[in-house]
Amino acid sequence: MERAAQQAIFSSRTFREEREADWAQLEKLLRRAERGSFRALSDEDLLDLPVLYRSALSALSVARATSLDMALIAYLEGLCTRAYFFVYGVRTSFGRRIGDFFAHDWPAAIRSLWRETLIAVALMLAGAIAAYLLVASDPDWYRLIMPEGLSQGRDTAASTAELRATLYGNDMEGGLSAFATQLFTHNAQVSIFAFALGFAFGVPTALLMIYNGAILGAFLALFVERGLGFELGGWLLIHGSTELFAIALAGAGGLHIGTRIVFPGMQARLAAARKAGRTAATAMIGVIVMLLFAGLLEGFGRQLITSDGLRYAIAAAMFASWCAYFYLPGLIRGQR
Amino acid sequence: MASVNPALSYQAGNQRTLVTPEGVDLRIRLAIAGQRAGAFIIDFLLLITCLVLLTLVLAFAGIGTAASGSEDGVQLVFIVWMLGVFLLRNFYFIAFEMGRRSATLGKRMTGLRVVARDGGRLTADAVIARNLMRELEIYLPLGLLFGGEETNGLVALAGFAWAALFLFFPLFNKDRLRAGDIIAGTWVVHAPQRKLEADLADSDDDRRNRFAFTDAQLDAYGEYELQTLETVLRSGNADTQQSVANTIRGKIGWHYDDHDHDFLSAYYAALGARLERGMLFGKRRLDKFDRENAHDRG
Repeated sequence: MERAAQQAIFSSRTFREEREADWAQLEKLLRRAERGSFRALSDEDLLDLPVLYRSALSALSVARATSLDMALIAYLEGLCTRAYFFVYGVRTSFGRRIGDFFAHDWPAAIRSLWRETLIAVALMLAGAIAAYLLVASDPDWYRLIMPEGLSQGRDTAASTAELRATLYGNDMEGGLSAFATQLFTHNAQVSIFAFALGFAFGVPTALLMIYNGAILGAFLALFVERGLGFELGGWLLIHGSTELFAIALAGAGGLHIGTRIVFPGMQARLAAARKAGRTAATAMIGVIVMLLFAGLLEGFGRQLITSDGLRYAIAAAMFASWCAYFYLPGLIRGQR
Repeated sequence: MASVNPALSYQAGNQRTLVTPEGVDLRIRLAIAGQRAGAFIIDFLLLITCLVLLTLVLAFAGIGTAASGSEDGVQLVFIVWMLGVFLLRNFYFIAFEMGRRSATLGKRMTGLRVVARDGGRLTADAVIARNLMRELEIYLPLGLLFGGEETNGLVALAGFAWAALFLFFPLFNKDRLRAGDIIAGTWVVHAPQRKLEADLADSDDDRRNRFAFTDAQLDAYGEYELQTLETVLRSGNADTQQSVANTIRGKIGWHYDDHDHDFLSAYYAALGARLERGMLFGKRRLDKFDRENAHDRG
């Protein structure tokens, strides 16, 4: 008995002593790799790492079956988990990922949102038409619909000449680039908000889309009443064809998440939510890129270009390019 | 069967299976709500500190350029500030979680990391999805609490109650998923970097030979007690060790008055050796109530 006990201690001790150096080596490599990139490791280290990882993993199995030293098992579990995520972690470079995003992921995500995009556009249109009719029948509605900050003096009390001036004048005393940045960050924040609200079954996202449309409709009603409808169109659409499209896509992302959570179809609810969330997130990064373009067009293009025809031309060209970029690859391959 | 082991049931509650391609279960542990909250508070304080620093630095830069009369300079400072705030607010979490450690600074400090629920690689779209959702979970409740003087107090309160649903979402499910985790297919695990602790049984032979425990004395306890003893020995609290040593002495009828720590290490080593030897023969004794698997003589 005495001798057998001695041997048990001895074997569990040698098990550990024989491998301790390997574990320390693995730990050292991981620490260096996690701090920097692959470049921090030499070729030899890169070859060693999977071997060390697998030997640590097998040591973990052995330790679980033979050792009652909880600290040792916890240490090995931690080490193996870290090594697992490194060995099987992301391997594509950042540049490659950006390339994939623009070449494939972004348009594909937008294409898979086509149904929700149509719904978001329809909601915005419905809001716009409702607000237009309301303001056209009773101008008092304008003040109720329009937030103070947005109208900036463009209200029912303003004269037609003043309204015309807002369409062609440079309405920022500060520089254009600051204006563009402000527009970009504000719109991007709103679109991220629309996306996130989708989690509440998409209902707040839908309301946000309707409200956005309503602001547009109220605006339109005011200017059409003064005979400035065509001019307003150029002023709005030069960036709006990009910006409204982007906001509709953000709304579509939110609606996609919301509807997939409520109606997961054949998938499990969590799996459906995960798939919808990842698709919508890819689309969202694209939306932010689009809003960057829209901010530039609104900040610079609109203030520098005052010809209505040119404004409409740019609006149409932007819209056509976005549509071609998103939907053409799908049409060519005969998929949605 | 043995009585419920509180330590084991706690671990089973937040332990999840992650089988590597080599076929070993890593038995990852989910982060508990307190760890998540702690990590977030650290991150949020860092974020606010960065925002304040950025604003201060750029305010001074703005004053400087304004004094020199350069309007373009002031504008540039304003642009840098707006973009800086936007990027910090939306991309602080995303940038860190897309890194090799898959963890923000707060998560690193609390030993957490973000993991894909299916055990696969954590993709960029998942990280983006889970963090853009913070707009709903954090910024919306905060905005309703502190923002907007023009909104009616009651309306704001009702809004906050609604938004709090998302804020406290992790408390309502057993996997501690927040809204962002659900749509991204991720969860947060507690995987701290541990040091390899010294082997407690590895004391010198002379000292161990002074303690000769009989089989009956070693049969008094099982694995649960061994692991509790391990915790006591590693924590190194003399008072606890004294009371534990006295309890064990009383239970096994040990009448020598040795030094507490020496006695406990020796008993730990002997008990560990005996139980580990049993394990090799397929006999595990879970705790002291586990009479069924107590060693037969030998």
